Amino acid sequence: MMGSENEAESQLFASREEMENLVLDEPSDNPNGNGGSKSFSDYRSVMSSLADTHHPLSPPLTPADSDPLLAPQPYRDLRNPSLSHDNNSYIEPPAYADVIFSPFDENTGSEINGIDSPGRSSDSSLSLSRSPSSSSDYIKITVSNPQKEQETSNSLVPGASTYVTYLITTRTNIPEFNGSEFGVRRRFKDVVTLSDRLAEAYRGFFIPPRPDKSVVESQVMQKQEFVEQRRVALEKYLRRLAAHPIIRNSDELKVFLQVQGKLPLATSTDVASRMLDGAVNLPKQLFGEGSTVAPQDVVQPAKGGRDLLRLFKELKQSVSNDWGGSRPPVVEEDKEFLEKKEKMNEFELQLSNASQQAESLVKAQQDMGETMGELGLAFIKLTKFETEEAMFESQRVRAGDMKNVATAAVKASRFYRELNAQTVKHFDTLHEYLGLMLSVHGAFADRSSALLTVQTLLSELSSLHTRAEKLEAASSKIFGGDKSRIRRIEELKETIRATEDAKSVAVREYERIKENNRTELERMEAEKHADFSNMLKGFVLNQVGYAEKIANVWAKVAEETSGYATDSA
Amino acid sequence: MDQQQRSSSGYSHSPRSPSSQPYLSVSVTDPVKLGNGVQAYISYRVITKTNLPDYQGPEKIVIRRYSDFVWLHDRLFEKYKGVFIPPLPEKSAVEKFRFSAEFIEMRRQALDVFVNRIASHQELQKSEDLKTFLQAEEETMERLRAHESSYFKKKPADLLQIFKDVQSRVSDVVLGKEKPVEESNPDYEKLKHYIFELENHLAEAQKHAYRLVKRHRELGQSLSDFGKAAKLLGACEADGLGKALTELGAKSETLSIRLQKEAHQLLMNFEEPLKDYVRAVQSIKATIAERANAFRQQCELAETMKLKEINLDKLMLTRSDRVGEAEIEYRELKEDSEEAARRFESIVRLMNEEIVRFQDQKMIDMGRAFHEFAKGQARLANNIADAWRSLLPKLEACFT
Repeated sequence: MMGSENEAESQLFASREEMENLVLDEPSDNPNGNGGSKSFSDYRSVMSSLADTHHPLSPPLTPADSDPLLAPQPYRDLRNPSLSHDNNSYIEPPAYADVIFSPFDENTGSEINGIDSPGRSSDSSLSLSRSPSSSSDYIKITVSNPQKEQETSNSLVPGASTYVTYLITTRTNIPEFNGSEFGVRRRFKDVVTLSDRLAEAYRGFFIPPRPDKSVVESQVMQKQEFVEQRRVALEKYLRRLAAHPIIRNSDELKVFLQVQGKLPLATSTDVASRMLDGAVNLPKQLFGEGSTVAPQDVVQPAKGGRDLLRLFKELKQSVSNDWGGSRPPVVEEDKEFLEKKEKMNEFELQLSNASQQAESLVKAQQDMGETMGELGLAFIKLTKFETEEAMFESQRVRAGDMKNVATAAVKASRFYRELNAQTVKHFDTLHEYLGLMLSVHGAFADRSSALLTVQTLLSELSSLHTRAEKLEAASSKIFGGDKSRIRRIEELKETIRATEDAKSVAVREYERIKENNRTELERMEAEKHADFSNMLKGFVLNQVGYAEKIANVWAKVAEETSGYATDSA
Repeated sequence: MDQQQRSSSGYSHSPRSPSSQPYLSVSVTDPVKLGNGVQAYISYRVITKTNLPDYQGPEKIVIRRYSDFVWLHDRLFEKYKGVFIPPLPEKSAVEKFRFSAEFIEMRRQALDVFVNRIASHQELQKSEDLKTFLQAEEETMERLRAHESSYFKKKPADLLQIFKDVQSRVSDVVLGKEKPVEESNPDYEKLKHYIFELENHLAEAQKHAYRLVKRHRELGQSLSDFGKAAKLLGACEADGLGKALTELGAKSETLSIRLQKEAHQLLMNFEEPLKDYVRAVQSIKATIAERANAFRQQCELAETMKLKEINLDKLMLTRSDRVGEAEIEYRELKEDSEEAARRFESIVRLMNEEIVRFQDQKMIDMGRAFHEFAKGQARLANNIADAWRSLLPKLEACFT
């Protein structure tokens, strides 16, 4: 989707050159042969370019950096405090045609998208482009300069593998960061690490999903296109992280953005090595023997080989939950949460549909603009032809009329394309929120797994207690006690205490995650309200503005040709 | 049809003018599907209102089908060489499209224009065949149609050959290669070149115009789909946002309908006239072919006549008894040759008049088409602006 967006954008913008070459002079030049030839020099330039390119209205893509508007701004994270949001982007009539200024001015181009209603307030001061007035905190991240580097480690295979690093530049005025502008080099694997650590540390939060790992061969990995796609995706991702009010303050992010050299975050180790030490560590983990593993780690979700045994236990637990074998002591009783989850699913479904239809609408608008432009060009060719070969005055008059229509068609085509460029930006909101749904699912999953841990521990406890009781009962029948049994009972009591601790931690964790869910949902609702409001208003405003412009263009031609009107019309 | 044009061509077309003024007004209406299955066809009512003496009554209504119009066209083409016969809409369409309401309406309109152009043409309006077409009973037409197809139908292959010849000759002349049996008239060469080029340009413009119609339809469809989706999304949301989305969706659906309407208007008032223009140019090409034919005939006969003359002189010198025979032959040939020359000259004369008329007419036709196009687009854009503008206060209310 991202790719097609850029394609659409580049087509829309880059063709500006082409259109600008069509001198849309006012019909003050006389349509007679002599005078006409002057204005046609520009038409000729168009026609010669018609010869070389496959299609005059879709010239080759211009490099991203030459066109300011091609630089990815999908996230509207305009943290530049110098960008003062004036209010002229959203005013009442008379004519929106006057208000919708030319979007090719870089500053205003980005402004148009982030149309702010001055009247609206926003709770979170660190939200996106919503409340320019509230906070002066800003952080802007740029990803650039991909470079190939060699794996220097002791690889068994001669001919070391290469990987790509990206320059991550941060500009910020937040004091917690050391400095106001700095850069580091990171590779994709580092991003995966960052994302994994964040997922562990911020369970229950709506953490932006990281770009996909790509299962492609190394040849493709090095291709320009792939690297560029990835760069864009990384930038988007990091900007989203920075936009999240909680995560932007995380140590993980700070470290990622600032620390030079090797990323000092624990890497996610591979499954095999985990399985090896898993079998050894697991019993200690769950039974707290020797406290080699802190209770906090117990409450992390079971993953991979290390937690194999624990996974089995939790699986057993969830099965018994589902089948109602033993009555689970903790159920997802929060009806409100269940309702919210339902609603979220429904929302996601409809959002996905709307996002698709929005894409279609954008395409239809683009096609309209293109065809209108092609029609205009065809008429320009005809006009030129008629004028050159004219043998009668009637031909010249017709050529003159035709030129007016052609000019209008080309102008209208331009407007359609401008409109569409804006529309694409507005509808980005839909696509963004669809991406957000992934985060939401993740947060809900955190909650479920935390609950499962609690339930597992609870049933462990209950079975431990049962064993202890049995042992005590057996032991009491023997006079003076059974030394080995008594020892066993003591050990069991130790285990129970440890498990109790673990349970407390788990419950606390679960509650914490529940609270995170709740605050995040609230935040999302507020932001959604604001973002969608911007989107709808912006979309409608643009439609009005450009429709007015297009209407004016055609009204003029209708006026000029009004002499041909029939009574029956 | 154009008032200005009518008054210059003899008959007026308004039945309301004083009864002393001759008028001839025709309309093609009421398409009706007749017959079954493969044999099914459309019939039209052709209503003639006139006070001309050769015609029956103030009003006459007959039923005609497409092939009857073709008959009329072909007859006129045969008889009035040099005249640009008004073009017919295309013969056949893709089967499933043949009976669609839009196609039928487009064809009806084109046929109406066709007959009216004939009726307002100085030469063609005097045609007996026109009278027959407008007045004869259906059975008569049927007979004539059948008869025509066996005798006078020019095989497409012949026409194609003629076109090829003309085209190759045009390019030869353009490239500077002269070939025998060809008019050496620079103005005429210019005209031929112009006509052939014009067809290419027009065809391209028409193609884009047709695509533009499609784009309107597509945009309408996507607005409708989007509107539905927005409404569904609105249903998920509470209060202001939900309402806003629903309103937006509804507005979108409304505009979708408007766009479909405009697509139809665009088709009838802009794309069709362009198509008609292309057809007209093709008709001129056919006339050009006829002229080339006539010229060649004239030259060949003139050549043959010269040879016969030489032969005759020879025979007279030798006092052959075949002189009498040869004299008769020579005289007949001379008549034929003079006839051929007259025919050719007539074609040249007519064409010169026709081309002026053609350019004038097309200036008006296209002017009108442009006007309708611009008006339609302006109206559409204004409707769109109004619709969205009316939504803004509602959106405002939803979000405060």
